[in-house]
Amino acid sequence: MTPGSDSGTAVSLQVSGLAYAYPDGTQALFGVDLTITRGERVALLGPNGAGKTTLVMHLNGILTAGHGTVEVAGLPVRADTLREIRRRVGLVFQDPDDQLFMPTVREDVAFGPANLGVRGADLERRVTHALDRVGMLEAANRPPHHLSFGQRRRVAVATVLAMEPEILVLDEPSSNLDPASRRELAQILKNLDVTVLMVTHDLPYALELCERSLILSQGVIAADGATRSLLADDELLAAHRLELPYGFAPSAHPR
Amino acid sequence: MSAGHHHALYLPGDTPVHRLPPQCKLIAAMGFAVAVVATPREAWGAFGLDVLLLAVVAAVGRIPPALVLRRMVVEVPFVLFAVAIPFIGLGERIEVLGVSLSLPGLWAAWNILAKATLGVVASILLAATTEPRMMLLGAERLRLPALLVQIAMFMLRYMSVILDQARRMRIARESRGFVARDIRQAPVLARSAGALFIRSYERGERVHLAMLSRGYTGQMPVIDDLPASWRQWSAAAVLPALALMTAVVARSLA
Repeated sequence: MTPGSDSGTAVSLQVSGLAYAYPDGTQALFGVDLTITRGERVALLGPNGAGKTTLVMHLNGILTAGHGTVEVAGLPVRADTLREIRRRVGLVFQDPDDQLFMPTVREDVAFGPANLGVRGADLERRVTHALDRVGMLEAANRPPHHLSFGQRRRVAVATVLAMEPEILVLDEPSSNLDPASRRELAQILKNLDVTVLMVTHDLPYALELCERSLILSQGVIAADGATRSLLADDELLAAHRLELPYGFAPSAHPR
Repeated sequence: MSAGHHHALYLPGDTPVHRLPPQCKLIAAMGFAVAVVATPREAWGAFGLDVLLLAVVAAVGRIPPALVLRRMVVEVPFVLFAVAIPFIGLGERIEVLGVSLSLPGLWAAWNILAKATLGVVASILLAATTEPRMMLLGAERLRLPALLVQIAMFMLRYMSVILDQARRMRIARESRGFVARDIRQAPVLARSAGALFIRSYERGERVHLAMLSRGYTGQMPVIDDLPASWRQWSAAAVLPALALMTAVVARSLA
């Protein structure tokens, strides 16, 4: 792999040899390598406890690597690059109540860009644009706790889009959503023109949204390939505690 | 649902009082309270004038008097304390309806009651015309310690989330046959409260992570400018200024 962005396939995210042990000594990651090119939508699959969340925490420097490196569009995650890294990596947390902490939706979406020093009309434009992209513009002046769960998740995506990130990282985006909200969110994600890394164990959702999938199991990348072929490999799935819903056959779902 | 969209104390409206920037109103309410406290207790007329001033503010802000009276209930514990003073006070005593009361005690009780009531009514009017979140923005503009303002802001945001969690825990307890009859059930409730505390604490950690992820550096960014013009400041200053004049005149006459 040649570093640099002169070719048509610029690298959005590069993780190499990433290992991490928690302060209590529990080793969570044992050398993770992955590369995501700009514009890709990739699913990171793995059972509970595989280290998915730990890996995600490394991507924007909340946890710092015990070993190995993380680079976002060529910029390494280090203490002195954190500010720019956090602009480039947009993390959408699993519980929107953790992410939406300001009194109104508008202020919440403005929080990120305002921290980056955006002010006035520029800030207003970014907020409007981000809310528009997730179809939540009319809720701008409402308090987050008066929105439905699906709406809150969409606003959570907007709070990150407003920072104009290089890569959008979603932690279990489909959890706790009813089928309609789930479909609406999928449509929104499909229409975004940003690189997406989606952490999930919702395999049909990964198939619907992502060409490519990675399987993280016991702290290493155990498989990397086309989502369709990974999900068709029963042995592989079983070996990593991944299961398709009852009656679901990937081959019956053409793209 | 519409009732739930506003805080319980706030009375939506679009009057000149509602429109004043929150920082002006905060300072005005505080100035008024100081002026009232500085008024000598013997100056009955001055307190009457202060009541009149508040009545004018309430009328301009379209706050119904019944609502103000109802909310004055918060003052009750204070009133009970004040009522006790004439009975336990020392000094010269007088007979009222066959009960012996202390004269200095009566004065002290009157002093406390009158001033506290005026202060409480002023805060009720402030709360009824200012959204809680605007109040916090105003406090921020007045350079109150940022940490305290942020804590209050999070309380406002997460109150309903935590109450909801507490409600779900109660339903889960009761679904398994728990009934809180007497003191013997206290340990169960205490453990529930402990679990709720831990959950809230962990949520706090997660919220902090989410904030860090969006570039939080310990300072809340200024998202909305809340400009207050000289005209607005002087409009807000009318109330404390008149109350202060009343106090000064009352002092010079005393």
